[in-house]
Amino acid sequence: MNVLAAPAKPAGGPGAAEKAGGKTLQRRRGRTGYLLILPGFIFMLLFFVLPVFSLLATSLYTKPPGADIGQFAPALEFGNYAVVLGSYWPELLRSFAFALVATAAALLIGYPMAYLVAVRLRGRKLLQGILLVLIIAPFFTSFILRTQAWKQILADEGPVVPVLRALSLLPADGRLTATAFAVVCGLTYNFLPFMTLPIYANLERLDTRLIEAGSDLYASGFTTFRTVTLPLSMPGVIAGTLLTFIPASGDYVNAALLGNNRDTTMIGQVIDSRFFRVVDYPGAAALSFILMLAILVLVTAYVRRFGTKELI
Amino acid sequence: MVQDQLTTPPGEAAATGSTGGADLSLVSVTKRFTDFTAVDGLDLTIPAGSFFALLGPSGCGKTTTLRMVAGLEQPTSGKITIGGRDITGTSAHERPVNTVFQNYALFPHMSVLDNVAFGLKRRRVRGAEEQAKAALELVELGHLAARRPGQLSGGQQQRVALARAVVNRPAVLLLDEPLGALDMKLRRQMQVELKKIQTEVGLTFVHVTHDQEEAMTMADTVAVMNGGKVEQMGAPRDLYELPRTAFVANFLGKSNLIAGTVAEDRGDAVVVDAGGHRLAVRKDRAAVHQGPVLVGIRPEKLTMLWPADAPAPEANLLHGRVLDTSFTGVSTEYLVQVPGVGTLGVFCQNHGQQPARPGDDVVLAWDTGHAFGLGGDQDSTAGAAGEDGP
Amino acid sequence: MRKTIGRWLVPVFGGLAFIFLLVPIGYVFAFSFNDAGRTNLSWRGFTLENWLNPCGAPAVCEALGNSLQIGAAATVMATILGTAIAIGLVRYRFRFNATANMLIFLPLATPEVVLGASLLAQFLNIGAELGMGTIIIAHTMFCISFVVVTVKARVASLDPKLEEAAADLYASPLQAFWRVTFPLLLPGIVAAALLAFAMSFDDFIITNFNSGNVDTFPKFIYVAATRGIPAQANVIGSAMFLIALAIVIGGQVLSHRRSKLLAAR
Repeated sequence: MNVLAAPAKPAGGPGAAEKAGGKTLQRRRGRTGYLLILPGFIFMLLFFVLPVFSLLATSLYTKPPGADIGQFAPALEFGNYAVVLGSYWPELLRSFAFALVATAAALLIGYPMAYLVAVRLRGRKLLQGILLVLIIAPFFTSFILRTQAWKQILADEGPVVPVLRALSLLPADGRLTATAFAVVCGLTYNFLPFMTLPIYANLERLDTRLIEAGSDLYASGFTTFRTVTLPLSMPGVIAGTLLTFIPASGDYVNAALLGNNRDTTMIGQVIDSRFFRVVDYPGAAALSFILMLAILVLVTAYVRRFGTKELI
Repeated sequence: MVQDQLTTPPGEAAATGSTGGADLSLVSVTKRFTDFTAVDGLDLTIPAGSFFALLGPSGCGKTTTLRMVAGLEQPTSGKITIGGRDITGTSAHERPVNTVFQNYALFPHMSVLDNVAFGLKRRRVRGAEEQAKAALELVELGHLAARRPGQLSGGQQQRVALARAVVNRPAVLLLDEPLGALDMKLRRQMQVELKKIQTEVGLTFVHVTHDQEEAMTMADTVAVMNGGKVEQMGAPRDLYELPRTAFVANFLGKSNLIAGTVAEDRGDAVVVDAGGHRLAVRKDRAAVHQGPVLVGIRPEKLTMLWPADAPAPEANLLHGRVLDTSFTGVSTEYLVQVPGVGTLGVFCQNHGQQPARPGDDVVLAWDTGHAFGLGGDQDSTAGAAGEDGP
Repeated sequence: MRKTIGRWLVPVFGGLAFIFLLVPIGYVFAFSFNDAGRTNLSWRGFTLENWLNPCGAPAVCEALGNSLQIGAAATVMATILGTAIAIGLVRYRFRFNATANMLIFLPLATPEVVLGASLLAQFLNIGAELGMGTIIIAHTMFCISFVVVTVKARVASLDPKLEEAAADLYASPLQAFWRVTFPLLLPGIVAAALLAFAMSFDDFIITNFNSGNVDTFPKFIYVAATRGIPAQANVIGSAMFLIALAIVIGGQVLSHRRSKLLAAR
């Protein structure tokens, strides 16, 4: 009470004080600011930053000779990394490959959706609102229930496979589930809203007069799109691809439900089973750490290449 | 503790309200931000009950000054007193000062009435609603009390903001570019109304603006600010007729400033040599009496004559050639090139005389009593529109 | 001719994409009415039995109850902590501003497996017992970032002049916050809380790592998937969908009315 009653002295910058318009931010210094952010940051420190170090430490543990299952001793066993990389590099590469294909597919599907709602239907508020709700509708039903639904729809006895077989689009013994194709479809489906929403948010702010000016200058709709619309919506595309690629590469629900155990295993499944079935904590931790580093490197390279600051 | 502080303003307001506000004074107030000084050793006394304007281009420190009076900024050094009481260091909510913000800053989630009653309620004044209603009547918006600010027009919002401040009977009422967001026509109308309301409530008004016309129309006293300092202060007419710096001469209206050197002292006047021309300036209208000097003359004070009609050469006369003319309705503005002096602006009332055309040779004459002299060490374009203007 | 194709390409393709997005939801909804028996794999006939008796399948309502409790607790904690961070980050200056923003952004850029695994490593190292407590902590952790990002946008769009006006009108900082800042931030805070609840309620991966023996609704379905998901799970999933839909539509209508009222400037 006392602290809050004695306010931080406002000390806006010169620009803030003199700028006309009044929307300029007055950023203050002072104790109140620290009091506001401290509890949350202590929480994040304890349950996000520290655990990452815990993960790192765990990844270097060794199993002492004769120890019980689940018992490990602190050590600096960098060999763990070599061991898990040697065994699981195919799963790691496959995870990134699946995530990449799924991201590309989600972009191909999500961009037209976002464009339809944000640009084509501009001004038709009600329809826009309804479609926007439909884009986020999948969030309202359990992610696993929906994935399971795909599994049943695409199952051999489901409605799709017999039709495709009858039309000879699928060989008589061809299947849709338990294939890499099904896993990638599942990933694409599950992260599609994450792709569509940032692109929508970006296109929604796009000045349609620019498109008109573009079509005036280039005449062809596709050229206008390629030279005007697409470059302007790049920040949304980059945010969308990151929001799709990152969770997709670590996902294992799709692989577990829609894949098989031979050639669709993703790195998440391996980490899960290392932890809980094999009870190899150091190995699982090392794999998690590798995954995190790999994503960090890929994302940094990607953002550097296509540079944008509008990520958050 | 909070309660104690909050009960101070009503007492203050009650004591000062009847006497029409309180003197506001700033004593060598300086405000330094990390990389620049916004207000530099400002001394200012604003008498109770006056309508005072702080005029200057953006970045001159006028808004910072206002914010320091309101308590939204604290001065780096110096003292601010209201009615003799030192209020330096107190918070905004402890001061008997209210502000009409630039974009009104009306609370969008409250009704118009709740907006106006907000300050009274925070001070737990009895009959807050009735007083608020009365204040709304004062600005002729009683019928819109239940509306939300978002449902009002710009002019109506402006009046609500005024009522919200006035209702508290502050010792000093601050207006931060209060008419800046209104269109020209509404602005002129509101200027008259603001002045009327100030006379009615008799509070001390401090008005910050970059619009010189607005400042001159409304204020009793205008202080022209530049670079964190007051350049010149006085009644609008005095400032206009006898500016003391090139900045004031250019910022308030337009001026022709001719650089020259004092060549002769005639007792009550000095004669300035400017590019071979001899121009007389009365000593009581000249800031310097020797050395380099800027001779100033307002465009409307210049008379344009055909060479044949020119009087004897002793008078202040300049021969030139018309470069450009523009017709504005009530007057015609000419640009006249004078060899050795430069280009001068001339405003001629449209009395129906034959207009000059570009290329015509003309003679410019003026009354010695209209010229003024400024120190010659200044930039003659300081404060001119387009260079430093808003 | 080319122009016509171009004009129809986007709506047709976009429309197909919407169907792709919605088919599984329709499927879940339809199979909640299936007279399924033990395995809800193929259509056997229409029944209202599942809807009338949603707790009919063993353990499904227990898992649902856990999920609701966890969601509520994590939402409250994440909303309070995250809102405070958002206000602090936008309105105050810190020496480590960039680091602070990074700390908020990183959990959003880390795959769930890694978040789950590192928390598990932490809990194992300190010997914490996995259960409701650890799930709530885990959920609060990843929800905070979502709350901060959502509320930050709202704080940034709030005119700081309004708080100054409150102070100018004799409101103490505390009064200014509760009477002006908080009511104006409320829609953003509510949106953030709903998002946090949705994220918590639907989370599987992080939960799976840190839940021990406790079943949440998504975990229940995942485990049940190998044997066959009971139709009651579809009922609960569909009901949640309808409730969320009602909240979002209600919120849209409300914010539409509000924005009409608040259309200042």
